[in-house]
Amino acid sequence: MILAGAFFYLFAGLAVAAAFMVITARNPVHAVLFLILAFFNAAGLFVLMGAEFLAMILVIVYVGAVAVLFLFVVMMLDIDFVELKQGFLQYLPFGALVGAILLIELILVLGSWVISPDIAQHAGAPLAADGVTNTQALGQILYTKYVYFFEAAGMILLVAMIGAIVLTLHHKPAAKRQNIAAQVGRDPKTAIEIRHVEPGQGI
Amino acid sequence: MAEIFWTYVLPALIIALQSVVLMVALLVAIAFLLYGDRKVWAAVQIRRGPNVVGPWGIMQSFADLLKFVLKEPLIPSSANKGVFLLAPLVTTVLALSAWAVVPMGEWIDGTTLVIADINVGILYLFAISSLGVYGVIMGGWASNSKYAFLGALRSAAQMVSYEVSIGFVIITVLLCVGSLNLTDIVMAQKTGLASWIGVPWLTFLNWFWLPLLPMFVIFFISALAETNRPPFDLPEAESELVAGFMVEYSSTPYLLFMLGEYVAIVLMCAMTTILFLGGWLSPFDFAPFTWVPGLVWFVIKTCFVFFMFAMVKAFVPRYRYDQLMRLGWKVFLPLSLFMVAAVGLVLQLTGWAA
Repeated sequence: MILAGAFFYLFAGLAVAAAFMVITARNPVHAVLFLILAFFNAAGLFVLMGAEFLAMILVIVYVGAVAVLFLFVVMMLDIDFVELKQGFLQYLPFGALVGAILLIELILVLGSWVISPDIAQHAGAPLAADGVTNTQALGQILYTKYVYFFEAAGMILLVAMIGAIVLTLHHKPAAKRQNIAAQVGRDPKTAIEIRHVEPGQGI
Repeated sequence: MAEIFWTYVLPALIIALQSVVLMVALLVAIAFLLYGDRKVWAAVQIRRGPNVVGPWGIMQSFADLLKFVLKEPLIPSSANKGVFLLAPLVTTVLALSAWAVVPMGEWIDGTTLVIADINVGILYLFAISSLGVYGVIMGGWASNSKYAFLGALRSAAQMVSYEVSIGFVIITVLLCVGSLNLTDIVMAQKTGLASWIGVPWLTFLNWFWLPLLPMFVIFFISALAETNRPPFDLPEAESELVAGFMVEYSSTPYLLFMLGEYVAIVLMCAMTTILFLGGWLSPFDFAPFTWVPGLVWFVIKTCFVFFMFAMVKAFVPRYRYDQLMRLGWKVFLPLSLFMVAAVGLVLQLTGWAA
């Protein structure tokens, strides 16, 4: 367990440090890269907890897809650092107020949270021990007990996706589109015409 | 102290040694695969290919390595230096780290020849291959050049698009296997169609390439696109563009990009072998073939898939960008989605689902 402890402090420390760098980095692209580092360390923490499926899904979904989109958007931004700094003092009191309120709320929530000692003992244990892998255990719960919630979540995501496509899709009638079937279906009869051209005259 | 040594230090040393052996073997193999790639390409175009360094030019890759390493690394003055140098490292390290879970054969006592036999092996491979896009984006952005940036955007869009269909192909294979472990995926191909139709000695009919033939084709083509190989090498397009996102790179960083790309390509070949070509299993179940060790079969199959990659590079013209996107999103995505549903339905109706 010494090794697991050492790795926990490594991952946890790096995650906190990376998260700190996310909000302090000057360059937004660097901030996103630090965010990715934080995701990675969170995945490492999941592996230590014995939740290897969640760790891999975290890397695939958040690092492999969501953070790529973040990075795309942030790279496209045209940021003027001088202008960005000007409003800093002006917004400082407001930001501090929001931060303080959040901190108080968090303390209230966490302070009133009572964890039964029985559960606290099992907090770090892997889900199932009797030969059922993590992935199987998750699937057995997700597709039986919570199947309706799972379907509902899927439907919401589908509707959101269709909505995003409908909002952004507009066909430009002027744009030329390739019709592969028409191209492949051409034959010499329709594509070639033999004309007899008299010398000195055009067609 | 002794206990700590036996429980922690020794296993760590063994894993480190295994990793070094694997990495050296892999990199030497890639040097010769690169040479083979160029030779195949040359043979198709009736050229000689590399033939100067060493007998038949087989030391060409090592000469290239020396040339790259000895050149001066140029860093553009307005580049973001840290990210600029980090990008090729990310590409190479990610591509190499994926090999930790690739099972390549069996020891005599029946355990798998692999560094880490993890439960979620295929997800790990998928995660690592989906991270390959970061090297590209970081390199393109940090170069602070329009051309590199545009190349990175094209490349990233391409890699993200084809990951979707690769994911669905993996899901169909997983449906047939019932496990995310790569060893289990290979073992599930021990029995199948051949034993079912009464010719159990033709074990190559057992492998998933036959029952899942459409997915095999989709996976092969998506693997080409995912690794930016011709005919999908739009980011690089050496005859049209300069070098896409790599335009500002030179010397060792450029070498690392190319190395990472080739490691990823060979990884895709190995993945094709494991998912569809029975991994290290012998193609025939009778005497001379069963004597050959599994590792040899694995290497032969991977080289065969790599040969197909090389042939595709040699005789297929490059896709246009809109055709590439059309193929990924409008052809492969619906087809693979349909196949996931169809395979699931068949497994459920016939009761083959584990």
